[in-house]
Amino acid sequence: MRKRTGIEVSIAAAEAVGSANVDVIAAYPITPQTHIVEHLSELVNNGELDAQFIPVESEHSAMSVCCGSSAAGARTFTCTSSQGLALMNEIVFIAATLRLPIVMILANRSLSGPLSIWNDHTDVMSIRDCGWIQVFAETGQEVYDHVMFAFKVAENPKVSLPVILNMDGFILTHVIEPIEFWEPEQVSGYLPTFKPVNALDPDRPTTVGAFGLPGIFTEAKKAQDMALIESKPEIIKAWEELGQVTGRHYRPVETHLAEGAETVFLTMGSIGQTVAMAVETLRERGEAVGLVKLRLWRPFPFEELRRAVGGAKRIIVIDRAISYGGTGGPVASEIRAAFYGEENMPVVTNFLCGLAGRDVTPDDYIAMYQQTRRMVAGRVRQEDYVIYGVRE
Amino acid sequence: MKSEEALSWKDLEVGCVVSQPGNASQYRTGDWRSMRPVVHRDHCIRCGVCYIFCPDMAIRKTDEGYFEADLYYCKGCGICAQECITGCISMVPEEE
Repeated sequence: MRKRTGIEVSIAAAEAVGSANVDVIAAYPITPQTHIVEHLSELVNNGELDAQFIPVESEHSAMSVCCGSSAAGARTFTCTSSQGLALMNEIVFIAATLRLPIVMILANRSLSGPLSIWNDHTDVMSIRDCGWIQVFAETGQEVYDHVMFAFKVAENPKVSLPVILNMDGFILTHVIEPIEFWEPEQVSGYLPTFKPVNALDPDRPTTVGAFGLPGIFTEAKKAQDMALIESKPEIIKAWEELGQVTGRHYRPVETHLAEGAETVFLTMGSIGQTVAMAVETLRERGEAVGLVKLRLWRPFPFEELRRAVGGAKRIIVIDRAISYGGTGGPVASEIRAAFYGEENMPVVTNFLCGLAGRDVTPDDYIAMYQQTRRMVAGRVRQEDYVIYGVRE
Repeated sequence: MKSEEALSWKDLEVGCVVSQPGNASQYRTGDWRSMRPVVHRDHCIRCGVCYIFCPDMAIRKTDEGYFEADLYYCKGCGICAQECITGCISMVPEEE
């Protein structure tokens, strides 16, 4: 194994973007994303990275600049969190329709209000249907590796879609972790030069962002939906190639002690590590419990999820966001939909926890497991959910 | 090029890029019109104010020097009638 360096994950993420030889970075600082863009601006300012760093006046402009530079054929990166994502919202959706291979790290933070700077997934869930490829990282090393992965997938001419890489704010952004950096020849071997499908070119003028009248809008949406669905095999291929380069093997859905499990937890992002500890404890006590981790959120990996859950009778879905007045957590409603009508459909219980940075310990997950055992003795309805630990 | 109605989703270019620039000129915005400008030539002084003010550049100069709306594009907004110095343009309802 190559040497690992103890480094703040945000700095490592910025180094990864630099190693990927990005051409344009347009970003506005916001907690907890700040260190990533700060370090990138330092790299550019010090002459270590030959790129344009465009310090825009808002996130709305950041994503607009990204669309322009990506359309011009430049490898483009941005990074934001929470309110910043909310401000860039309208352009985020347009970037996907225009099939611009922008890479964005989303340092996940709660969406106000109440005003909060801490971590949960309410920001990314607000743009669930934006049409970007969306992946979650569990550790700093995964963030680093997935920067290369994100550019490779986004710029693959068979894909040509923007990619959001989710990393939990503070829990990942501000932690110091031993990270194995890629050698320059590993990056260049993995990540080919960007050849845009459609680059703005005076010799071949085109209209980008044209009006879509009712007569063509439905067809445009179908084309966009198919592009996202058909990106999945290319995503899996990019992970396989990454495995050959690094020895680290990523998949759309990953498991831990899930073999023979009657109950599985389902997580996204960094809490997978905490839940893994709880699962190990429960296994030692003789409980048939496992963990299923969703790495790929869009396109949704239906087949891989059903395979990973296997014959489990119960799924405990951990959500880090609320769908007010609806089915509880956005992840749980997706998981229930994925299994609806399947033979031996598992019972899904849904726990909302870790909102805006509230700590959730392995003991809490063990308590959720015990509560699930009590709940499934009765009848669990589609709309049932528990806001875990809320003071009544 | 196929007409819009004949295009399937598979015919669209990646990112809905339009590779034939300027093809908006094929779009019949005249379909939007509910009022049509009619020029009364006996009062027209051929000054071209209507031509200057038309926001869609849908007014053309005729060989005789008069100005007339191209009904393929004219949306019937009435700005030409509003701005006409002699009041020689009236807006009349489209029958159909």
